[in-house]
Amino acid sequence: MALLKISSPHAHGPMSTAKVMRLVILATLPGILALTWFFGFGTLSNILWASISALAFEALALKFRSRPIGFYLNDCSALVTAVLLGIALPPASPIWLILVGTGFAILICKQLYGGMGYNPFNPAMAAYVMLLISFPVEMTTWLQPFDGGVMGNSALLGPIEALQHSLGLGSVDAVTAATPLDILKQNSSATLAELWQQTPQFGQYAGIGWEWANAGFLLGGAYLLYRRVFTWHAPLSMLIALSVMAALFYDGGSSNSGGSPLFHLFSGATMLGAFFIVTDPVTSAVSNRGRVVYGALIGILVYLIRSWGNYPDAIAFSVMLMNFAAPLIDHYTQPRTYGHKKSAKESN
Amino acid sequence: MIEFLTEHGFISALIALVSLGLVFGALLGFASVKFKTEGDPITDQIESLLPQTQCGQCGYPGCRPYAEAIAGGDEINKCPPGGETTIAALSDLLGVEAKPLDAAEENIPSVAFIREDECIGCTKCIQACPVDAILGSAKHMHTVIASECTGCDLCVEPCPVDCIEMRPIATTLQTWHWPKPTPAEDIIASDRDPNRAVA
Amino acid sequence: MRQIWDIHGGIHPPENKHQSLGEKIQTAGIPSQLILPLSQHIGAPAAPVVNVGDRVLKGQLIAEAKGFVSAPVHAPSSGTVVAIEPRIIPHPSGMTAPCVIIETDNKDEWIAHKGLSDYTGETKETLLDIIRNAGIAGMGGAGFPSAVKLAGHPSKPIDTLIINGTECEPYITADDILMRERAEQIIAGVKILQYIVQPSEQTLIGVEDNKPEGIAALQAAAAGSNIEIVVFPTKYPSGGEKQLIQILTGREVPSGGLPADIGIVCQNIGTAVAIHRAIEFGEPLISRITTVTGNACQQPRNYETLLGTPVQYLLDKSGFDSSRCSRLVMGGPMMGYTLEDTATPIVKTSNCVLAPTRDELPAPPPAQACIRCGMCAEACPVSLLPQQMYWFSRAQEHDKLEEHNLFDCIECGACSYACPSNIPLVQYYRASKAEIRQAQQDKAKADRSKVRFEARKERIEQEEAEKEAKRKARLEAAKAKQASAAAGDSKADAIQAAIERSKAKKAAQEGGNAPTENASPENLDPAQAAIARAQAKRAGGEVDETSEQKTERLEKQVASTEKRLTAAQQKLTLAQEQGDDKVAAFATAVEKTQAKLDSSRQELEAHLASLKSAAPAEPPQAELDPAQAAIARAMAAREAQANLSETDKLQQNVSSLETRIAKAEQKLAQAKEQGAETVGVLEDSLAKLQDKLADARQQLENHNLESQS
Repeated sequence: MALLKISSPHAHGPMSTAKVMRLVILATLPGILALTWFFGFGTLSNILWASISALAFEALALKFRSRPIGFYLNDCSALVTAVLLGIALPPASPIWLILVGTGFAILICKQLYGGMGYNPFNPAMAAYVMLLISFPVEMTTWLQPFDGGVMGNSALLGPIEALQHSLGLGSVDAVTAATPLDILKQNSSATLAELWQQTPQFGQYAGIGWEWANAGFLLGGAYLLYRRVFTWHAPLSMLIALSVMAALFYDGGSSNSGGSPLFHLFSGATMLGAFFIVTDPVTSAVSNRGRVVYGALIGILVYLIRSWGNYPDAIAFSVMLMNFAAPLIDHYTQPRTYGHKKSAKESN
Repeated sequence: MIEFLTEHGFISALIALVSLGLVFGALLGFASVKFKTEGDPITDQIESLLPQTQCGQCGYPGCRPYAEAIAGGDEINKCPPGGETTIAALSDLLGVEAKPLDAAEENIPSVAFIREDECIGCTKCIQACPVDAILGSAKHMHTVIASECTGCDLCVEPCPVDCIEMRPIATTLQTWHWPKPTPAEDIIASDRDPNRAVA
Repeated sequence: MRQIWDIHGGIHPPENKHQSLGEKIQTAGIPSQLILPLSQHIGAPAAPVVNVGDRVLKGQLIAEAKGFVSAPVHAPSSGTVVAIEPRIIPHPSGMTAPCVIIETDNKDEWIAHKGLSDYTGETKETLLDIIRNAGIAGMGGAGFPSAVKLAGHPSKPIDTLIINGTECEPYITADDILMRERAEQIIAGVKILQYIVQPSEQTLIGVEDNKPEGIAALQAAAAGSNIEIVVFPTKYPSGGEKQLIQILTGREVPSGGLPADIGIVCQNIGTAVAIHRAIEFGEPLISRITTVTGNACQQPRNYETLLGTPVQYLLDKSGFDSSRCSRLVMGGPMMGYTLEDTATPIVKTSNCVLAPTRDELPAPPPAQACIRCGMCAEACPVSLLPQQMYWFSRAQEHDKLEEHNLFDCIECGACSYACPSNIPLVQYYRASKAEIRQAQQDKAKADRSKVRFEARKERIEQEEAEKEAKRKARLEAAKAKQASAAAGDSKADAIQAAIERSKAKKAAQEGGNAPTENASPENLDPAQAAIARAQAKRAGGEVDETSEQKTERLEKQVASTEKRLTAAQQKLTLAQEQGDDKVAAFATAVEKTQAKLDSSRQELEAHLASLKSAAPAEPPQAELDPAQAAIARAMAAREAQANLSETDKLQQNVSSLETRIAKAEQKLAQAKEQGAETVGVLEDSLAKLQDKLADARQQLENHNLESQS
């Protein structure tokens, strides 16, 4: 009997990185479901292509880097990147766009920096930003949501149509429309109430489809919180900061209004960002205090860019910017260690 | 005067430049006198990073001379007793790139040991020891003060009867510690297969 | 209800305590051999006071404490000391340390011992002495000598006495079962502790809420006393001393400080029982409760185990199946360390032997990359940032590690437990702590070396300067001597004086001012004397060489040649010793010098003979003769010696080399027998010696040939 010589602890908890990643993917399901319901199978075709290409790119990169391929593919981190990118891209995006996106995310943003755990930027968001800058037209054409026939559009993309569309085959002509965030941004004369009356896709609060997709991601996020995959600090502080900013500039719903807090919370990629992007541990601040700061700053930036920037949505930009700032935040938010005076660190 | 200057732009520029030069020259001169530093602080800092074995393996007669040489631009990778740790510390201090050690291998920390029944008491090792860590007198057995020995092995060569050997410092219960784990994620195929060296 | 505080982080690993709680405490019995490490505590190892072959009785002192922070060791049963030698001790390194080994005789015969009938009549110091002499060291795991902890410091008044019955590690039930079965003893021990420590405010026993039976027993036993049993939610690692203090009082032990700094003393309940037995019955610490558990044991249970019992003995009693077990842990699964040898003994701190099956505690999977998920930081009970420290540890950034309070890490293992990437974080911290400590020691040593090096340099420079000064002085003196006469040899002082006188006369005749200077040479200071002598020499040099002067010159020549000969011979001997390749050159030099000496001596003799025959009545002759004769005799003797000693020395050299070779061969043979690592070295040195011997023999032969021819 050869007895092992191992440093303690000998017991290990049930959590594993692959499990965390699988939980994250699982938690995106309600949101994906909502997106599919309202925008058709385009999101699913995105995710399909993104997943296949991301895994292929990952395997390729690992081969070039002489790393064991199976071991690293098993951690599902490439899959998470693919799913997030697939959700973030406009439904039924062309396959070349997805390939460029996943290639950039996996090869350049992740493997070039040393693989999982070493990437300074969230790969999905970095790829999204790159695509947004390089291909603004493709990246800003969203399909018109299904609204039960209010706008006279009930022809949603089915699974086959979505794949055909993404491959550029067939003559499927998807109906595109501006997103609520877009419309609000363009608006300069109408008050919010008028806008809501004029434009049917604003729906109840934050846009038909959008509010449900966000609600879906909120649900998924709540599940991950319950499973203690991440802490509440970063997402909550981001949502609160965004709401506060929106409330400050709500302006009573005038034509100058930036939209209500509810609109901002449930429009665009807010919830996806709050629970799936901001919480990306690799690129965020590390301490809980740091995560509060990190999340809040992202929330503020999101509002600033949405209201006064050039792009209608801002999650990706804000997250990227704060990725830069994460080490600095870490430096100033080191928690007080047991047995140390409160001000000991600050005085350094 | 002003008229003259405005008319002769070249001369006015010359005057301006010369006077500026004079002013700054004077400033610099004053500063060099006022803020003169005694000794060479960088040499001291370098020396404080060297292991002080005084072994001369760097090619200089002691750590101080090597520190001076480094301050004068010599390579930082000539200290086998310090090894990678010292190179890293020096590269941090001087902001130069760390280089692999310029020696076959890092010295294993060891102490000199005199096989006392073979010692003839010639005092040659005592004269060779740079830190006076060998005790003894002529025609009497010598011995090494192990706690003071730097392991420089300068005493081994002069011994006429070859009774000095370098013994690696043994791990004791007090000095034993867990080794740092090898990060499994860094294991790559080329690490395992030495034949597949990357050019 | 008392207020309790929460600690940061913590984890909830499966408790696995029920397995070993099915039975009551069993007495493990007396193994045939007891292995008692001299260091079962923190601090200096004890020094043995028995010899091999001594019969010892149960409870007899076998090793005494060395220094203040140390603890004695007692014989756990009667028997014979069969060895005092290094054995494997319970330590993560698996290394050996000196142990006293007792062959038991199964009589279990007690040494005379007596407890105190009423400790309340005794002073605190007396009780502390009893505790110290009983060898009691913290039985919760660290093993800090209890008497030292309890002695306290007058400047640090204690307000709270905390008894640690938390036992937060999974599997271990030693304290739990102690509470269930021996609650009265615990309370009795706590009362003694109260009497010693005199806490001004409160006495608390902290127990996690997963031990309801133990809590009930304790509460029953403590009824009517001012001891409060505080129950708090189960969470690992509440049982850490600092964590328990925080839970019970909300206070934090300052970093690098002791509980006493904030008015608290903390003791384990096992220690309380040991103290009770020492005071009331006079029994030293010779046994403890040890849990033997894990699925590889068929009957996991708690044993009352004699210290020094080999782990194998306990495992055998518990139906241990070695084929199912891949690692043996001393302590719990979170902080225990693996044992590589089942002969390792139970010591004062061994609360558990854990023999898990492979499925129960599987071998750690390969570590993945850190994804900075922060689960480790969530789990850390001291609010560190484990993943940051992990990166710094890998990059060897010692400054950053210390800045991130690495040394506040209690190595509880919660971070490693929580890490989804299976990174052995604690091992990184342990290695880094050791590295930092090593670096500090190296730095201290380097500073010391520098001081020594500089002191030596200074000393050598000073010596050099002194030598230089001396050399100058000597040069001066030599010049002066030369000036005084053509003969500088001190052996011819009498002649020299005579010559000086005669020269002075001559000088007086020739130079006008010489007589005044020579009138009283003794009164002149050395410089003036030197001048005088120089002048005298100049004066003397002008005259033709007289016969006396020729004698002088020849004598000087002989003397100096002699000197050179001795020097050359010394060099030769040295060269021979070192096996230098210049031996031959030195040998010829010696011969040449010898020849020169011979010729000068002959010349001198011829001259002296001619002097004798030519002018037997010359005045210097009388003075010269005895000295000359003495010189001649001495020279003859020296010559003889020189000739003799050369052969002799060569022969001596050869014979000494032969004996050394014999010795070396013996050593080599011995080393080979023992299979020692030094064989190679010894072989080398033997070969060298043989070379030298060959050289020496060659020299001797050459010399013999020369002397024959």
